[in-house]
Amino acid sequence: MSNDLQFSLDGVSVCFEKGETIMQAAQRAGIYLPHLCFHPDFSAHGSCRVCIVHLQGKTVAACTQPAESNQVVQSNTPELQKARLRLIQLLFAEGNHYCPTCETSGNCQLQALAYDLGMTHYHYDPFMPERQTDGSHPDLFIDRDRCIQCDLCGRASAEYDGKAIYTLSGRGQNTQLVFRSPSGLLGDTNAGADDRAAHICPVGCILPKTGNYQEPIGTRLYDHHPIHDIGNLRKEERGGSS
Amino acid sequence: MKQAKLKVATCSLAGCFGCHMSFLDMDEAIIPLIEKIEFDRSPLTDIKSLSDCDIGLIEGGLCNEENQEILHQFRRHCTILVAVGACAINGGVPAMRNHFSLQECLEESYIRGLGVVDPQIPNDPELPRLLDKVLPIQSAVMVDYFLPGCPPPAAAFLEIINAVLEGRPPQLDYPNRRFD
Repeated sequence: MSNDLQFSLDGVSVCFEKGETIMQAAQRAGIYLPHLCFHPDFSAHGSCRVCIVHLQGKTVAACTQPAESNQVVQSNTPELQKARLRLIQLLFAEGNHYCPTCETSGNCQLQALAYDLGMTHYHYDPFMPERQTDGSHPDLFIDRDRCIQCDLCGRASAEYDGKAIYTLSGRGQNTQLVFRSPSGLLGDTNAGADDRAAHICPVGCILPKTGNYQEPIGTRLYDHHPIHDIGNLRKEERGGSS
Repeated sequence: MKQAKLKVATCSLAGCFGCHMSFLDMDEAIIPLIEKIEFDRSPLTDIKSLSDCDIGLIEGGLCNEENQEILHQFRRHCTILVAVGACAINGGVPAMRNHFSLQECLEESYIRGLGVVDPQIPNDPELPRLLDKVLPIQSAVMVDYFLPGCPPPAAAFLEIINAVLEGRPPQLDYPNRRFD
């Protein structure tokens, strides 16, 4: 690799390959940039904005910004951490997130980022949206209250499962997770419980119907380890980060 | 000269008293704490009237008009008001009724509920009127500090009281920032 292909991230020199984004290069270098909608196996979405970084006077999403030689990138600054905290608080306020009742609590990336950024409350008035649940599938349950509209399920379904079942529809506050079937119900699609899309949700929106609430508090992913140490893990992915 | 004790008041609005239980769960740490604080109005003392206090700990969100009245009393009388627990902070489990109209909730509980005998919706004038939605307390008053958790760990209560005693902002470290 040519020595020209490197940039500075928080003062550390990071090598990249042509075509990589700042996020991809940082991950390969073992540097954690906070994120929610990014996953290395799928195309970038650039929607959650949690991975924002400062790049020569601009604020850009690291998951969509191409890495270039001699860039000076800042991520871990008080200003950006505060902005990320507000973004996470907004995500909490936009949905209906009742952690004490949620199967994913303790393994939830939204919650883990909130812990890591020192969130104690929403800051914003809760929107209290009215969103529909979907229990039509024999093996999967959908709780849209917890959806953060990251479209990871949509990308996993289209790019990995080759089914394109899950997607987002509507605009602004009316955006919601929908399923490609005439009835709009997940049960009327060919979604499978083993699909990648069914296991990619970073929060507790897409859940299996059985085997829940069996993990004791204290043994879950983020009970003792902040997300910046262990990465954006899912229950099935212990040992590897994304 | 002996330092005056901090006056602490507590209440549970639309809560389950679990936060109060967690407060008491600090075991022997409560013994030196009692040298530094005294309780005013609180379910722990059964004192009914509220006088001026240094700290007001509010458990639970707002689900009825009585909750609103008590919360405003606490805000008027307490120098520092603390939202304690998930329900005070975002409505918590009681706010899950916000998906339904109040009438639907009442009918489900008192008319159509399993095992209901003599179905009727309670209407005694002494019962506080329910609000249409369960709300977090900061929707009604200014809140100085937030203790997340369901319930917050005992150590988080201790930290907030020690921080006030020492005149500094509370620092909840990672194990004490819990949402469940």
